[in-house]
Amino acid sequence: MESEHTHTHIVKLRVLLAVWGALLVLTYFTVAATYVDLGSLNLWVAMGVATLKGSLVALYFMHLRYDRPFNAIVFVTALVFVMLFVSLALLDTVHYKPEMIPGYAPALESPQVGE
Amino acid sequence: MSAGKSSGTEGSHGDPHLAHHFDTPTQQFESGRLGMWIFLATEILLFGGLFCAYAVYRSNHPDIFIYAHRYLDVPLGALNTAILICSSLTMAWAVRCAQLGKQRGLVILLALTLVCAFGFLGVKAIEYQHKWKHGLLWGERFAPAGEPEHGESQKENAAPAPNASPSHSAAEAVADKAASLLATATKRKRPSNVHIFFGIYFLMTGLHALHVIAGMTVIGWVLARSLRGHFTGGYFTPVDLVGLYWHLVDLIWIYLFPLLYLIH
Amino acid sequence: MTTIDTTLPLGAEAPADESDALNYLTVRRGLMSWLLTLDHKRIGIMYLVSILSAFFLGGVFALLIRTELLTPQRTIMDADTYNQMFTLHGAVMIFLFIIPGIPAALGNFVLPIMLGAKDVAFPRLNLTSYYLYVFGAVFAVLSIATGGVDTGWTFYTPYSTTTNTSVIAMTAGAFILGFSSILTGLNFIVTIHKLRPAGMGWFTMPLLLWALYATAIIQVLATPVLGITLLLLIVERALGVGIFDPALGGDPVLYQHFFWFYSHPAVYIMILPAMGIISELISVFSRKHIFGYRFIAYSSVAIAVLGFLVWGHHMFTSGQSALANTIFSALTFSVSIPSAIKVFNWLATMYGGSIVLATPMCYALAFIFLFGIGGLSGLFLGTLATDVHLHDTYFVVAHFHYVMMGGTVIAFLGGLHYWWPKMFGRMYSELWGKIGAAVIFVGFNITFFSQFLMGSQGMPRRYYNYLPKFQAYHEWSSVGSYLMAVGFIVTAACLVHSLLRGPKAPANPWGAASLEWQCSSPPPVENFSTTPQPGDPYDFSGLVYDPRVSGYVKQEGAG
Repeated sequence: MESEHTHTHIVKLRVLLAVWGALLVLTYFTVAATYVDLGSLNLWVAMGVATLKGSLVALYFMHLRYDRPFNAIVFVTALVFVMLFVSLALLDTVHYKPEMIPGYAPALESPQVGE
Repeated sequence: MSAGKSSGTEGSHGDPHLAHHFDTPTQQFESGRLGMWIFLATEILLFGGLFCAYAVYRSNHPDIFIYAHRYLDVPLGALNTAILICSSLTMAWAVRCAQLGKQRGLVILLALTLVCAFGFLGVKAIEYQHKWKHGLLWGERFAPAGEPEHGESQKENAAPAPNASPSHSAAEAVADKAASLLATATKRKRPSNVHIFFGIYFLMTGLHALHVIAGMTVIGWVLARSLRGHFTGGYFTPVDLVGLYWHLVDLIWIYLFPLLYLIH
Repeated sequence: MTTIDTTLPLGAEAPADESDALNYLTVRRGLMSWLLTLDHKRIGIMYLVSILSAFFLGGVFALLIRTELLTPQRTIMDADTYNQMFTLHGAVMIFLFIIPGIPAALGNFVLPIMLGAKDVAFPRLNLTSYYLYVFGAVFAVLSIATGGVDTGWTFYTPYSTTTNTSVIAMTAGAFILGFSSILTGLNFIVTIHKLRPAGMGWFTMPLLLWALYATAIIQVLATPVLGITLLLLIVERALGVGIFDPALGGDPVLYQHFFWFYSHPAVYIMILPAMGIISELISVFSRKHIFGYRFIAYSSVAIAVLGFLVWGHHMFTSGQSALANTIFSALTFSVSIPSAIKVFNWLATMYGGSIVLATPMCYALAFIFLFGIGGLSGLFLGTLATDVHLHDTYFVVAHFHYVMMGGTVIAFLGGLHYWWPKMFGRMYSELWGKIGAAVIFVGFNITFFSQFLMGSQGMPRRYYNYLPKFQAYHEWSSVGSYLMAVGFIVTAACLVHSLLRGPKAPANPWGAASLEWQCSSPPPVENFSTTPQPGDPYDFSGLVYDPRVSGYVKQEGAG
């Protein structure tokens, strides 16, 4: 039983509260940023803030910063594979040519559903 | 989610929580944590499919997303984000109490986490009810009644988010301007297949809500065990693993919120 | 080196084993002691029985299909029944047999013992995984009872969302089976990470463990995407969400992206453990250290990772963009590199070894031959231009049967024979084992080589009727399948006979050096009383045949 207090890291309460505060501030910031027109940057700002928030949760609330590095590898690997999935699927689907199919160009046609 | 309940048969080396096939409590604890992280990785990939569907439709039909997201209620979404962040704090704090062997704190904080989770589902239920009433549903069920009522003007009385509402007045003009620009661009016409957005909205938030319910179940389970004094400074693996799961639920919502509510 | 004759004497006097102590099979009796067991060995045996039942079921479907195809017109069933037969054959064989086959049945039994561990990291999760498998299988069978499924095992939309067969039951079954597979993979990763004994580094593990580890990575990373895909399909059918439905503005090709993001890596879930078994068999039965250990180990992980980058090669004719087609085609060729590395290393291991043609080795040799054909024919299909011609023909059917059946099933049988004495403590008849292997091998080639021929001439897959010019090939193929069935019956009879009448197995009948051969056959409940001292799993120098136990024993200093 000697290893009980050595095998985990106890995060200081001060750190937990600081992370909590930062998360709330960032939430406010990301909502506010939506109302500023940054063009296509808006999406990237929103995703950047979300990633920052997510990193805070993972590093401090989930102890990844103090944990075995392999757990972080597992986590990052999962994210990498999601990105791989999304980006390779996008690679194909952005090349769709709906104008080549007669009668199929939803964005240009008049509404069909629910009118 | 029960990856940590690894104790096969009760150990015979004095520690009642050490399973027979582990040599030390540390080895067992770390196995549990690694197992949980791998499980979380599978959860990320599970949601990854929905994120992929989202990305494909948004990149191909941005007009649908810009048009339809205004049916969502930003203050309620922000409120729910804040609620989940608070529940994450109480959960992390609960783990800290468990590590330090503070029984009372552990019980109180787990209970608070559960209260937050109920709050989240309550707000979600209000949102779902609103969409149901207005026929803002998926696919075949999509039968909207009227144009979107610019997120910020509706239901001010329902539950204003303290940290989000000030921005509305400040940014309202900009938002209206953007909306009118958009309206000219689309000639005030609803793009077809708007229901795709609501299909994705309900799938993402619905699957997330199922995870919230699963999280509440396991939090309830560790709460019951902590009330019976099962956890000590030397054995708190279930609290720790349930905490990891709950933070992931929060983490996914952190992405869902801007992707669904905060489209510019 | 001593002359080795592993043709074990049938009916040889079973040596009075000093360890007639209780083993995992005899320690507790009664049905409940099995149903509620947490012992990885018993769970492995339960998996074995289940997957063999599934294999039997899928095999019956296959024979019915082959019988129907004996003539160009109706032979024994109508077209709708035929559609259901090939769907069920595919779904049962893939989801119920091949994917759980080697990892969950053989892997569950062998992996912890190879590590010198007492059990997998999470025994309860292991049992949960088994019951999820049973539960999923029940759903799949339910779909048969409630009208069958006629979509093919790929459940492509929009047909799968509009057909009136019980797609929901089958996909719900596959969804649950996916969870079972995830839990097995999770368990194996943690077990290999955390329960390796002191003295066993990553590069002194038996190669089967590397293969199972790489498999588990795919199971964990790919299977959840199958989960969400099937979930979307179910809500699409049940609620009409429209994500994949072109009538509602949805995208059916997106379904294919989703499906193949799992299902292409899944073919490596099927083949990687098979390759791991072959690495063990080739080295043990060549009495020679495995050649290129690190290359084989790394190539397993490389296959696992590269396998995620090539799914679009199933979609060349789906309307996928030219850019994606080109990239996926180019990436597909990269997978052949690690696969070829393995084959060359196996051949180099055999070179100069004293090869023992025991039954498992016969299967290993058959594997190399058949996997060679299967793998190389994959290159034609990965090439964009030729695939347009060969897509959806019997060439594809022949290709994946050469890889999946000629590869995985043959390796599974090799592994089953190899670990059979360890599992049940009985030796089977080498003669009948080899006869079974030979008949299966010949029958297999007759069945599927003719499919290469008719496929390259344009015979489309999944067709109920066909042009008369293909009839001769179909007849050969069907006759081959009957021969193969005979081979499986011989093999099954040989193994069942060994359970009843077989001579007692020694601890180490093959002279292998990995840890599972250091405990008695069958192993005791806790596998090892003390954690064994792991050495080089491919160093056979200290092992000498001892006729008194009709097995190998360790002789210190007898290098």
